Amino acid sequence: MDTIFAPATARGKAGVAVIRISGPLAWDAVSSLTGEVPAPRQAVLRILKDGEDALDQALVLVFEKGASFTGERVAELQVHGAPATVAAVLQCIGRLPGLRLAEPGEFTRRALENGKLDLAEVEGLADLLDAETEAQRKQALRVLSGAIGARTEEWRRHLIRAAALIEATIDFADEDVPVDVTPEVLSLIVGTADSLRAEISRYGIAERIRDGFEVAIVGQPNAGKSTLLNALAGREAAITSEHAGTTRDVIEVRMDLNGLPVTILDTAGLRATNDPVESIGIARAVDRARKADLRVFLLEEDQVPLLLPLEDDLVVWGKADQRLKSGLAVSGKTGQGVDRLVAEISRVLSTRASGGGVIIRERHRRALFDAEQALESAKDLLCAGAEAELAAEWLRRAVRSLDSLVGRVDVEDLLGEIFASFCIGK
Amino acid sequence: MKHFDVIVVGGGHAGSDAAHAAARMGAQTALVTFSRETIGVMSCNPAIGGLGKGHLVREVDAMGGVMGLVADQAGIQFRLLNRRKGPAVQGPRAQADRKLYRQAMQRTLAATPHLTIIEAEVVDLLENAQGVRLGDGTELSAAAVILTTGTFLNGVIHIGDQCRPAGRMGDCPSIPLAERLYRFDLPMGRLKTGTPPRLDGTTINWDILDRQPGDDVPVMFSFLNRKPLVRQIDCGITDTNERTHEIIRNNLEKSAMYGGFIEGVGPRYCPSIEDKVVRFADKASHQVFLEPEGLDDSTVYPNGISTSLPVDVQESYVRSIRGLEDVRIVQPGYAVEYDYVDPRALMPTLALKEIPALFLAGQINGTTGYEEAAAQGVVAGLNAAARALSRDPVIFSRSEAYIGVMIDDLVTRGVTEPYRMFTSRAEFRLSLRADNADQRLTPKAIALDCVDDTRRRSFLTKMDQLAGAKAELERIQLSPQDAGKVGIAVSADGVRRSGFTLLSFPGVDFATLAPLNPRLSQVDPEIQEQVARDALYATYLDRQQTDIDAMRRDEAILIPADLDYEAVVGLSHELKTKLKRARPASIAAASKLEGMTPAAVTLILARLRQARKAASA
Repeated sequence: MDTIFAPATARGKAGVAVIRISGPLAWDAVSSLTGEVPAPRQAVLRILKDGEDALDQALVLVFEKGASFTGERVAELQVHGAPATVAAVLQCIGRLPGLRLAEPGEFTRRALENGKLDLAEVEGLADLLDAETEAQRKQALRVLSGAIGARTEEWRRHLIRAAALIEATIDFADEDVPVDVTPEVLSLIVGTADSLRAEISRYGIAERIRDGFEVAIVGQPNAGKSTLLNALAGREAAITSEHAGTTRDVIEVRMDLNGLPVTILDTAGLRATNDPVESIGIARAVDRARKADLRVFLLEEDQVPLLLPLEDDLVVWGKADQRLKSGLAVSGKTGQGVDRLVAEISRVLSTRASGGGVIIRERHRRALFDAEQALESAKDLLCAGAEAELAAEWLRRAVRSLDSLVGRVDVEDLLGEIFASFCIGK
Repeated sequence: MKHFDVIVVGGGHAGSDAAHAAARMGAQTALVTFSRETIGVMSCNPAIGGLGKGHLVREVDAMGGVMGLVADQAGIQFRLLNRRKGPAVQGPRAQADRKLYRQAMQRTLAATPHLTIIEAEVVDLLENAQGVRLGDGTELSAAAVILTTGTFLNGVIHIGDQCRPAGRMGDCPSIPLAERLYRFDLPMGRLKTGTPPRLDGTTINWDILDRQPGDDVPVMFSFLNRKPLVRQIDCGITDTNERTHEIIRNNLEKSAMYGGFIEGVGPRYCPSIEDKVVRFADKASHQVFLEPEGLDDSTVYPNGISTSLPVDVQESYVRSIRGLEDVRIVQPGYAVEYDYVDPRALMPTLALKEIPALFLAGQINGTTGYEEAAAQGVVAGLNAAARALSRDPVIFSRSEAYIGVMIDDLVTRGVTEPYRMFTSRAEFRLSLRADNADQRLTPKAIALDCVDDTRRRSFLTKMDQLAGAKAELERIQLSPQDAGKVGIAVSADGVRRSGFTLLSFPGVDFATLAPLNPRLSQVDPEIQEQVARDALYATYLDRQQTDIDAMRRDEAILIPADLDYEAVVGLSHELKTKLKRARPASIAAASKLEGMTPAAVTLILARLRQARKAASA
């Protein structure tokens, strides 16, 4: 029996959200998040941790098998209601082995199977599920009629083609089918995996539109990063001084840039240093800057950035008030070039915002992620020249993961592809 | 009136295994056939097994059935297909001597206790299928009747624009029985299948043709057999060419199929040569396998050129093929078109939902192939006997057998072309292997008491040996460093691995591990090989277990045939209509219906619970 989990409260901003976990590993999940399992039926306050990182402070409650809503071991986490918090906790639980997101109606179904609902409740349930079905239908319709439908169709087509090629060599070994299908299969698998990864990364953007983009200002110490932040924010958010290395922690200022929610991060200046405190600050700065959605490199002439700018990152010349520059140049002190920088930042982020958002649920992300992982395994086995049926098994799993997005794929699709492509039948 | 527990109508592959299975269960069984001589006739190609099909034969054997045993006696060329791939997708196959096969089947059935063979035509069924009426007016009563009558329903043979009613060549179809079946008003469909012309082997120029020999170490079908019983032969290989294709293209309108004389749907995996030439126009040639039909029979079955062209065109295209320049056609190729009963009208026992005492097995259910027929015969035979003897139905899960996959596909999905087994149909392919069919199914057969002592003893001994060998392997527990010392490359993750786990690593076998536990070298070589096959997929099987458990749970929740879906609050009208039509036998079958949602399944579960509570109150 799988252990399943899902938010038990409606999605959206709320004071508190309840995440329910049910199944044999429910308590293990609590133990891995909090380091211990509290006594059953006693609410305790615990810090939920993802490894070393604290996720949230939550009220934790566990129920014994036979004495819970579903009749199985159950854990309930009452976390803060911010969507980002809930998503982070769900992601963390989803990474635990043996746990998966619940299907709609699955908790109730388990309760039923385990005899935990009485007749009156069973009757009341129909209305509830009806509502659930309707919500599900609407969601599916919206998702499927949009870009994700088209994109999933394409992944599906490629994977079915790849699976059909392998299955043809297995099921029709004594027929006139190509012997070495590996190159075509590999190129289909790698292409689809790349596309899945790109889509997964765009999931982040859908989240960003909801929760805000992060823009990090990166540069050497004393390049004028904090002054620029203050100019952008219109207030003294960061302590600025002429003494290099003042900003040792990451300073965040949340603002609205042309309608997009943006958090500007002022990071410690990047330079080689022997100061242990500063080097911690620098390491943190590099880490945060990497994870940000966009980096603004504030450079002085002839400087080479310590962190390499990625595509789309902005490189601007600082302290424009002190020297004349061509290109994008700003001065936090005089405000020169700041408007242009704001325009550039919003241009880049708007482009991304418009390109994102086709997968909108953690369930979708999970499905794509599982599919991508399965494809990686299939690829490794094919490259290692392992038995074809093992790679086929992973391909099947990848296709099954995509099933939850577009409905069932069955063997008939596969056979159809085989019969259309090869002359089978000696 | 003479009474039997089970009456089987038809002595083809479905009928033979159905009758044998019912008799093995201890049911007094009658097999009624036109003629004793037609029992075990191979009407299509002279071969048994293959990919997916070989798996089915092994499963029939593991249940104590006859097809594997008989095929081993008649096998004249054994090949294990996919030898270079993993064991999960290896399928045993054999060319069979038609006459030897027929004779062995007739001998086997004649010697089966509780089984009576009656030579007669069945012209009608008695009320509620509680027996049959024979051509001479005699009535036989029975608790259950199994129809395994192949393509006799409205069968039409086509050769070019010529057509005539028939089952297969030379058999007369039983019209009155067919009329009775039509009166039941069951859902029906129409299919077609084709055969190639049969050739006179003495007129083939074998010297210029490629040869395909059997395996050096032949692999048998039955777990009880070790080697072939008769002389082994080679097959020949030739191919069609541009001239062959031109002749076919120029005569397409004379083909029964392309001339528009046939409405039935043919199998995509067994296209006629007309089909191949049209659909794969860029292929300059197609392989043709020349399969001898017997050791003392010169007839040759040219596998790959089935056709419904007129006889003169068949002659001219066949003679355009290398090695066949002077060939003589013994019997022209033909297409046969027939009605089948939509198998969604059946329960997983293969009894009709509407007529629970009437079982259908084989081609009548829309399948093709001897192996598919025999496997259905086993299911129908066991269940007809179970019904007659008031025992529980015998159901096969998709997670335990290809038999289960096939029956589930048929009764929940129906067919759109003649249904043939492929390994890709089995979602648990890595655990449903031909090599472990006995481990999967013989315990079930022993529990049903439908295997003889020889098989029981041989199986139990083998299981003891396997368990012993695995226990010895488990005594070896190696850290990655230790494994490295005996030459097994393992990632340095600090995990200790057992000998059984290490056996799945490339290049590791019993010989590699023997220095660590000398008792391993005493393990019988066949047992060693089997343990290695079990080990290869072990990590995958652990992962699949969750899926298997979920499926078994859903399969175990049965839905009574009379469940009132109208009373299920919250189900959409569309789903209610679908459920009422399909009447799925279990939650697993219900969830496979198109458009089902988890929430809808929950509603049905709720309804079932409600009904149970009401019943127990």
